[in-house]
Amino acid sequence: MAITEQKFKWEGDLEALRGLVSDRAMTGETMLLNMGPHHPSTHGVLRLLLELDGEEIVTCMPDVGFLHTGIEKNIESKTYEKAVPLTDRMDYLAPMSNNLVFSMAVEKLVGLDVPERAQIIRVICMELTRINSHLVWLGTHALDMGAMSVFLYCFREREYVLNMYEMLGGQRMMSSYIRPGGVWRDVPPEFIPAVEHFVDYFPPKIDDYEALLTNNPLWIDRTQGIGVIEPDDALAYGVSGPSLRGSGVNWDIRKAQPYSGYENYDFDVPLGEHGDVYDRFYVRILEMRESIKIIRQAVERLKKTKGPFRSQNRKFVPPPRSELGHSMEAVIHHFKLWTEGFSAPDEEVYVAIESPRGEIGCYLHGTGGNKPRRVHFKTPSFMHISALPIITKGHMIADLIGIIGSIDIVLGDCDR
Amino acid sequence: MQIPEPRDPVEALKAALPDALLDVHQFRDELTLIVKPEQVTEVARFLRDTPGLIYNYLSDISSVDYYPDYYSRPGRFGVCYHLYSMLYSRRIRLKVYLPEDNPRVPTMTTVWPAANWLEREILDMMGIVFDGHPDPRRILMPEDWDGHPARRDAPLGYETVMFSFNVDEIKQHKPRPRE
Repeated sequence: MAITEQKFKWEGDLEALRGLVSDRAMTGETMLLNMGPHHPSTHGVLRLLLELDGEEIVTCMPDVGFLHTGIEKNIESKTYEKAVPLTDRMDYLAPMSNNLVFSMAVEKLVGLDVPERAQIIRVICMELTRINSHLVWLGTHALDMGAMSVFLYCFREREYVLNMYEMLGGQRMMSSYIRPGGVWRDVPPEFIPAVEHFVDYFPPKIDDYEALLTNNPLWIDRTQGIGVIEPDDALAYGVSGPSLRGSGVNWDIRKAQPYSGYENYDFDVPLGEHGDVYDRFYVRILEMRESIKIIRQAVERLKKTKGPFRSQNRKFVPPPRSELGHSMEAVIHHFKLWTEGFSAPDEEVYVAIESPRGEIGCYLHGTGGNKPRRVHFKTPSFMHISALPIITKGHMIADLIGIIGSIDIVLGDCDR
Repeated sequence: MQIPEPRDPVEALKAALPDALLDVHQFRDELTLIVKPEQVTEVARFLRDTPGLIYNYLSDISSVDYYPDYYSRPGRFGVCYHLYSMLYSRRIRLKVYLPEDNPRVPTMTTVWPAANWLEREILDMMGIVFDGHPDPRRILMPEDWDGHPARRDAPLGYETVMFSFNVDEIKQHKPRPRE
């Protein structure tokens, strides 16, 4: 049979897709195409089943779950303190956000206080994380669209942030630095000079990225008017974070329901206008500048604020190592907390914070014992991928790459 | 535009849908309304559209399994809808309890399309059926997976050793191969 006579039709499980794809796919009039799970521009293992009419996308069906590791189930078998390192592994580009949302949920469940100094350190960590995540996003997004050099510059600056992570937690990515009741340890002496250098070093680098992209006619042609999300659609589909603000909806949890003392910092919430790929790009660029602004204020506060870096409530937070040598109480607390852990009431809480990608929420239900009954993370990537069919409808397949980049997904975050 | 004064959701709901609300629970600063499963979409639509409430954003749908000691509660499973009001910056939780046998609840996709994947995840992980869901397939686990891993009686990567004292319980909850 000559190649031209071959039927380009998926014979296998076509019947199973009836109702999910249009009827034209059943007759072979439109083409069904698999994109992923191993496609460089899907930012992880995302499989998209596309129904194409020529180059135009008729239906886009995301298929997720390739990176499902059962983190929520695993946390149910661990004590609250020992579950923190698992949360790092969800959104591996913003590990501190996951640490914070889980720690805040635990703190709310047991009613634990967090000292002022810990709150300030947390704010610095959150904003460094935002810069870290946005740099990877910007680099890979631009790389997908064919701008190679931006990727190299972004990763050069990201290295700086990772070095600061290493100063804090000893790890470059899976830091597990933020714990229930505060942070793991006080910031080391070399951390504050490093951050102060970074806030002066980084803004000119953002100017460099902008010089490469913001007014670049090729970039504008490929991004403006593409992948428009109407504000109403965005809210109905649960889009959050910079992707929502790109559509002009002013919702930032840092402003709306401040946590960790965000109400004490002066910063703006950048908003887009058209809700297209370009606006989402520009909102994130501006967010990085705002993050620098917050870090500057936080470092000033940190220098002035002395005091403990984690709660002094020894029923929930282990005592410092130095006390173990001379205090029997401390030894008992240390032993109890690292073997049995602490107990939390049989109640439920939901805490949400603004991660670099959007609203990350943690639903935590205690049992009255030392392990949670149920943990569920609402993750922004999951919601954004579920909105992908609406955003991509009617676009060219080449634009799909840009759209996936612009909603900033991490598949570890999605599949958990 | 004049923004209407925020209203108390409990009072408003008691006035409008007196049958739907079963219980109100407050923990820390979180308000939980326990509602009848059949009327959960009605309640959600009321909370979304009533001036003074406007819970316009569905943050999360999560599920919880009270196995094994669920006898003190109205049902074995709980499904929690976390709603957020952008106008008034406040949250509320709707909760339904579902029985162990055949847990079903109407789908929320008619109120918020965002519920689509969140409900698929619960169907996959917890085995709760959402009536009228447009696309009820598994989402995270493989399509041919048996059982629902987030249930409390699902083993965590290993199986409980069978002894004579627990043989009945294990057989009852063991995932069976498909016919």
